[in-house]
Amino acid sequence: MTATEETAMTIGLAAEPASAGHHPAPATAARVVAALKRRRRWRPLEAVFWAATLASVLLLPSKHLILNEIAILGLFALSLDLILGFAGVISLGHAAFFGVGAYCAGLVATHGITEPLAGLAAAAALTALLGWATSYLVLRGTDLTRLMVTMGIALILGELANQMAWLTGGADGLQGIMMGPVAGWFEFDLFGTTAYAYSLSVLFVLFLAARRITNSPFGLSLLSIRDNPLRAAAVGVPVNGRLVQVYTLAAAYAGVAGALLAQTTQFVSVDVLEFHRSADVMLILIIGGTGYLYGGLVGAVLFKLLQDMLAGFTPQYWHFWIGIFLIALVLVGRERMVGGVAAAVRRLARRT
Amino acid sequence: MIAKRTFLLGAAAAALLAAAPPVYAQDAVKIGLILPMTGPFASTGRQIEAAVKLYQAQNGATVAGKKVEVIVKDDTGTPDITKRLAQELVVNDKVSFLAGFGLTPLALAATQIATQGKVPEVVMAAATSTITEASPYVVRTSMTLPQVTTPVADWAAKNGVKKAMTMVADYGPGIDAEKAFTETLTKQGGTVESLRVPLRNPDFAPFLQRVADAKPDALFVFVPAGIGSIFMKQFVERGLDKSGVKLIGSGDMTDDDLLNDMGDVALGAVTSFHYSAAHPSAENKAFVDSFKKMHSMRPNFMAVAGYDGMHLIYEALKKTNGATGGDALVAAMKGMSWTSPRGPISIDPQTRDIIQNVYIRKVERMDGELYNVEFDTVPNVKDPVKAAKK
Repeated sequence: MTATEETAMTIGLAAEPASAGHHPAPATAARVVAALKRRRRWRPLEAVFWAATLASVLLLPSKHLILNEIAILGLFALSLDLILGFAGVISLGHAAFFGVGAYCAGLVATHGITEPLAGLAAAAALTALLGWATSYLVLRGTDLTRLMVTMGIALILGELANQMAWLTGGADGLQGIMMGPVAGWFEFDLFGTTAYAYSLSVLFVLFLAARRITNSPFGLSLLSIRDNPLRAAAVGVPVNGRLVQVYTLAAAYAGVAGALLAQTTQFVSVDVLEFHRSADVMLILIIGGTGYLYGGLVGAVLFKLLQDMLAGFTPQYWHFWIGIFLIALVLVGRERMVGGVAAAVRRLARRT
Repeated sequence: MIAKRTFLLGAAAAALLAAAPPVYAQDAVKIGLILPMTGPFASTGRQIEAAVKLYQAQNGATVAGKKVEVIVKDDTGTPDITKRLAQELVVNDKVSFLAGFGLTPLALAATQIATQGKVPEVVMAAATSTITEASPYVVRTSMTLPQVTTPVADWAAKNGVKKAMTMVADYGPGIDAEKAFTETLTKQGGTVESLRVPLRNPDFAPFLQRVADAKPDALFVFVPAGIGSIFMKQFVERGLDKSGVKLIGSGDMTDDDLLNDMGDVALGAVTSFHYSAAHPSAENKAFVDSFKKMHSMRPNFMAVAGYDGMHLIYEALKKTNGATGGDALVAAMKGMSWTSPRGPISIDPQTRDIIQNVYIRKVERMDGELYNVEFDTVPNVKDPVKAAKK
């Protein structure tokens, strides 16, 4: 199967009949529009997912703090999925945007603007600018170079944050962030309920936007770039332009995720720019899968819950169990593992 | 697509199942012990947890008729995780004490929760002077860097050190140490040049080269717990051990946990600190012996702070008859004094910080192992930074 055919399969287009030859059938455009429309339709399982998420706000009041972290991590992973899963741009330095977003929101708050939404907007704007500027570095070269360049950018920013203690608080962290109520109404509480509802709303809105964007002709062109950039260029897709756009968008998403972390924990430390953040978010996508938007969200849920459970169970050795899980995941394969569980559930269901 | 769908459903179900709240006994006093148990500062967590276990094994898990339950959480040395864990412990587990806190940023991240939740925060490791000022609920059983640094600066001045260099980890306690050392030595006519090494991924080589070029009388070093052996190795690699530069520092550098593995290069290093496993007292001998028997490792200053922290919590509960209001507990802790394995200590009623003896020690070989052997004592040292503010 060629790459372009793969793209066609992903969006649900039947392969061209061989007789069409060089001339695309006049109906192709109409078929693409119809396919995109089909993809945009909400599937029942998506509704179940979001209903479960909404239910967690009401039913799990004692878990809001970790759920808030999961929502933020999910948004961060969604941002990486936009470039990795849809445009095939691999990055090991995505924490750069996350961290800059966090510092931006934190600094906006310490300098007197305590309205959270204003902080979010500022963080999104700044990280979009940073994403746009660095995208030109990232576009040069192939995957390995990209890994190095993205990692380098994050490392440089991390060191800057460490050195510029007068601005960032250095290794002691940015202290004294006091957030005002969300939209002038909802105060952040000790239980994390406002924080979770706030992060979740932002995640949902940005998810909707990402869903719309990826299921558009723009999204299609990204998929074709991911599958075969040369071919995409040959059929007239402006490869570099598209990559710059999606990289900028993903940077803004990551910045918002960082800003949410800064606002809901009211604290920023150099840690937000560290390598392990970039690595974690990559792991999350490996766990959840790329290229269908839910991968990051599901991966974040599994990763954090697994981590929290194991760390509660054995605070010293939980890394070991996470490692075992990841190896099993990669060796057995996610689809097979989930398929096996699903088959077992079906068998059980039939028996009863 | 089907696999992905079932995956989504499975994940949602798993999330709901895993989130079921845990059940705890009702009539227990809970202590939330937040420590870095993994990552670069894991040795801090290991020592404190071991000491807390030892204290409970020796003194029982019941005090003032209530069962004391310790919940250990790993914050991996990441401040936002510390904060979330502290918040969860206060809100969900209803802990009466927060304790632990391996590094200054971690302790500071939790102070807001301590204030909002009115829960005493017993700091067992973090050593920046300002931490106790960040919340009226912070009580410290470890030390502050200026407290243990000033005495070694005095010692250096008395022993002919005119030109010194400082090399500190570039964060709160390091800067505190640098300031305290520089002020004390310059007041007595010395000159000091300062170097700061990044806290994360420290590479001392370029800094040590500058020391080798400048050839000062003495090099003062502060590195966080667990990093001392890396420093020693690079110190020797540069040949500085033979250059006549006297190596002095706060006791973090010759941490008991690592000292024996550093080898003879550490011999003769002079440090000032509040605790040495070789402290000659009956209390300390009993502490070190039972600690070694239980955990087969040597206790260091982190362990003794964890041990004393537990003692403070137990005694405060005895004073309040098991009542757990944060204000009453902190009030009970203020001014408390007892004989710890490290010597006589007390909690300053004004600052809630620890008052303790600081010892000047030299690394020597005892019974085939390296120890910090104390040869001078500065009694009842208060944190000089907060003392100077009044």
